[in-house]
Amino acid sequence: MSDIRAYEQPGEAGFGDYVQLLKPRVMSLVVFTALVGLLVAPVSVHPVIAFASILFIALGAGASGALNMWWDADIDAVMRRTKSRPVPAGKVEAGEALAVGLALSGIAVVMLGLAANWLSAGLLAFTIFFYAVVYSMWLKRSTPQNIVIGGAAGAFPPMIGWACATGTVSIESVLMFALIFMWTPPHFWALALFMKDDYSNAGVPMLTVTHGRRSTRNHILVYTILLVPVAVGTAFTSIGGPIYLAAALALNAWFLIGAWRIWKRDEAMAEADNYTVEKSVFRFSLYYLFLHFGAFLAEAALRPYGIGGW
Amino acid sequence: MAFPPEHEIHKRRLGRNVGVAVTLGLFIMLVFALTVVKVTRGDPMQGFDHTVRPEMTTEEDQ
Repeated sequence: MSDIRAYEQPGEAGFGDYVQLLKPRVMSLVVFTALVGLLVAPVSVHPVIAFASILFIALGAGASGALNMWWDADIDAVMRRTKSRPVPAGKVEAGEALAVGLALSGIAVVMLGLAANWLSAGLLAFTIFFYAVVYSMWLKRSTPQNIVIGGAAGAFPPMIGWACATGTVSIESVLMFALIFMWTPPHFWALALFMKDDYSNAGVPMLTVTHGRRSTRNHILVYTILLVPVAVGTAFTSIGGPIYLAAALALNAWFLIGAWRIWKRDEAMAEADNYTVEKSVFRFSLYYLFLHFGAFLAEAALRPYGIGGW
Repeated sequence: MAFPPEHEIHKRRLGRNVGVAVTLGLFIMLVFALTVVKVTRGDPMQGFDHTVRPEMTTEEDQ
């Protein structure tokens, strides 16, 4: 029988489905923070090498996203937020996601090593390992602290960008890492509060499921308080300056107020206004990170004119 | 029975193949650009070519 319908697969993947495997939205944050890490470093990098480095860091992040989609296909199929991803939607087979993830991981690490240096390639390899194995395979399903420790994977890109330029790890890159690391828990727990049943249906031990929503609200406030000194303290290093300090003071005050408002509420109040405060704090947390790194960039861009930096 | 010439699956496969081709083309261009940058501004490179090059010898050799 030669009719094409005889062997047509109902959900055959297009090129875009493979792109979706790489989690392009997460990738955009990785590109931005890695680029800032690279540009604020005190060593200038040739534009072609800078472009290639950022591209391969993004590719590595995408590869770890594909590995995550391979491993978490069962969870993704249950959660509303993720059930349209290519693997649970039946467009890409789980094995294909694994193959894409492994192949791109290898390409990204080797090419970053050749384009920039082997320290940054090693950090990228560790990041992929950390996200795919430590976070996805181990922590995510076993502990409510999953996103606290797993957040390290998302915190590495500016450190890798810095290492591409300087070939070293220094206090500035550690502080950029710490900023994202400390920001991740309140960001995700705010999301978990209004994503209601998603995580419990999937059996993921999010803090909201294991310790309840009251405890999650307490955790958001505590982690936000711990985040503030990291974010503001970075202003007094070589990548900070008055512009960053002003931005950090304003953004952290706003974020603290948001965390305080979440802490003051209970479930009845949140249900009554459909989680308005939680949603607005989650949205603001995205701007919070973007604007902090934007301020680093502004300091570096204005330094040649004698404005940026101390 | 022949395949309908413009079946939807053909378009999807064409899109996938064009996507892979464009990606590979861009990758080749990037590797070429990296090579040009590394070679033109790179460290001085010399290899053994049966010519006496005193500057390549170390103190131990001398």
